[in-house]
Amino acid sequence: MGPSTTGAAPRTGTAGAAIDRAKADGRAALVAYLPVGFPDVDASVEAAKAAVAGGADVVELGLPYSDPTMDGATIQRAVDVALARRTRPVDVLRAVEAVASTGAAVLVMTYFPPIDRYGVDRWAADLANAGGAGLITPDLVPDEAADWIAASDEHDLERVFLVAPSSTDARLRSTSAACRGFVYAASLMGVTGTRASVGAGAAELVRRTRAAGTERVCVGLGVSTPAQATEVAAYADGVIVGSAFVQRLLEADSTAAGARAVGEFAQSLAEAVRTG
Amino acid sequence: MTTTPAQPETPGYTFSQERGPYFGRFGGRFVPEALIAALDEIAAAHEAAMADEGFLAELAELHRSYSGRPSILTEVPRFAAHAGGARIVLKREDLNHTGSHKINNVLGQALLTKRMGKNRIIAETGAGQHGVATATAAALMGLECTVYMGEEDTRRQALNVARMRLLGATVVPVTAGSRTLKDAVNEAFRDWVASVDTTHYAFGTVAGPHPFPVLVRDLQRIVGVEARQQVLDLVGRLPDAVAACVGGGSNAIGIFHGFLDDPSVALHGYEAGGDGVETGRHAAPISAGVTGVFQGARQFVMQDEDGQTIESHSISAGLDYPGVGPEHAWLAASGRASYHPVTDAQAMDAFRLLCRTEGIIPAIESSHALAGALDLGRELGPDAVILVSLSGRGDKDVDTAARWFGLVSDADLVASEAERVADVPENTEGSGW
Repeated sequence: MGPSTTGAAPRTGTAGAAIDRAKADGRAALVAYLPVGFPDVDASVEAAKAAVAGGADVVELGLPYSDPTMDGATIQRAVDVALARRTRPVDVLRAVEAVASTGAAVLVMTYFPPIDRYGVDRWAADLANAGGAGLITPDLVPDEAADWIAASDEHDLERVFLVAPSSTDARLRSTSAACRGFVYAASLMGVTGTRASVGAGAAELVRRTRAAGTERVCVGLGVSTPAQATEVAAYADGVIVGSAFVQRLLEADSTAAGARAVGEFAQSLAEAVRTG
Repeated sequence: MTTTPAQPETPGYTFSQERGPYFGRFGGRFVPEALIAALDEIAAAHEAAMADEGFLAELAELHRSYSGRPSILTEVPRFAAHAGGARIVLKREDLNHTGSHKINNVLGQALLTKRMGKNRIIAETGAGQHGVATATAAALMGLECTVYMGEEDTRRQALNVARMRLLGATVVPVTAGSRTLKDAVNEAFRDWVASVDTTHYAFGTVAGPHPFPVLVRDLQRIVGVEARQQVLDLVGRLPDAVAACVGGGSNAIGIFHGFLDDPSVALHGYEAGGDGVETGRHAAPISAGVTGVFQGARQFVMQDEDGQTIESHSISAGLDYPGVGPEHAWLAASGRASYHPVTDAQAMDAFRLLCRTEGIIPAIESSHALAGALDLGRELGPDAVILVSLSGRGDKDVDTAARWFGLVSDADLVASEAERVADVPENTEGSGW
């Protein structure tokens, strides 16, 4: 990998390019997470499109997995439904294609076992063909990712690894070097879910990650309100919101209402990242 | 009987020297970055402790004066008469304090917890044996303790829930997924990510991310080391075969490790075949699973074509787990050990036979190994010596066995269970316990 691995050549449809465009606008990017298959595959696509229409620059489509150890109760509830309805990797690829057709950068957020089973090379090829930008892998650290690093290089896909407040400077450097697109900074030690405040250490983690050589850092975990988005946008390149979107789908009494609520919430967050 | 002397893949090493993070192509660390620092910390503390004579002496003293080591060897001729006359000897881990091999691991990990300056210990448990052992060690050493247990297992093992609460632990029933052991592991990981500064996760078996497989193995290998010498003393030679049940695989690794570098000793692991592996309702990932990544490590796992974990099934809560430790996966792949499924029915037949012939009520987990030993004896003939790990005792399984054999009415069991659970406060904090 070259020295500017987090700054791969920008092209439309990548998270890196979307973040750079936001930066050129003088704001942080908005990254929205939604799991594919909740409440069903088509409805999750509509919700993701609504998030884009509302102003999300990047969409993370979650691939449902049976043992999501990094997720809190909200996302797990949604994923349980998605799995009960037999949402499959092929459905995720279909959703990627549909959402990418809007012009938004689409990353797949996935635990590693389903990709490992699908076949890393095959998955990379199919994801690239579907117009996906790359993967976020919450349980795959670069140390274990040789196959995925090779496949993502071959198919020009972004690979987003996480850093955490517990990461050493050495790991911040090696993880930053392995990422393409952006580095995902987990704001706190914990699982996904809404919280009253963003982790106090998030700004410091972003600072340390930049010092480790990262060009783009987005912050996730616990960001759930426009006020929090504004706060994070002041120091990060992107603001990642997940559980709060899923919560709106869980509370909606119809799929149309769910998509509408997601769109409206995205709009309020998009405004918030412009005031950060 | 001799085994083909398979070789480990790391040049110059014997099987027993492999220390991870990989065992052949198995193992690794498939975990969130947030946990890497903690895993590094445990790995460093573990290596330092194993080289620290003071630590080893303290642990040895706890084994001697608290848990009751060395555990004895018991020959069971009346049981063995049903196994073609082969000599069968049991390594009596069921006689340890808390009733199973689990205490070996937990005493070591509790000492490590203190060594790392942490004051809280968490654990997952299936049948409850690891939870009870962890609660015990926490009480002994003044550590705060939380145990995650699948809700289904809290029902199957209500008595162990009561034990843990009596010992001062908080027991958290897990309602996610299949509500069994794998879901308890997930929940414990979630807790740990958020509490890692103050909390050690005392993983219960030789699975999970590095260094847990090698840490737990190092703490369990005392079983095999003792047993090897005890068999030599008793029969004047090594056993022909060693049999142990395999869920995550800690008792099996413990006893296997005494013999890994003895190619004349065949090692046999017995997985939970449930209703029969052909039915799909089982917990036998080596016999009928695939290579995959699960709960932090590459191993054999029960997985569907999309990489989703298939829920396991076994009459034994302690074996009801869809994965297996990476060292077992490696021993299976290399041919050093062989693994076989044993159905619920076969295990329960062996359970009853040991009760009736020897006056020992085994854990249902261990009964899988007993069933395997019966088959092995018939295969190997009357000159064979078979060592079986009796990894736990059956007190906790009396309800299950009573139902299986129809010894008491369902109504009586339900009533007694309800009464027992009602007698123990849900949350013991501040309740005067």
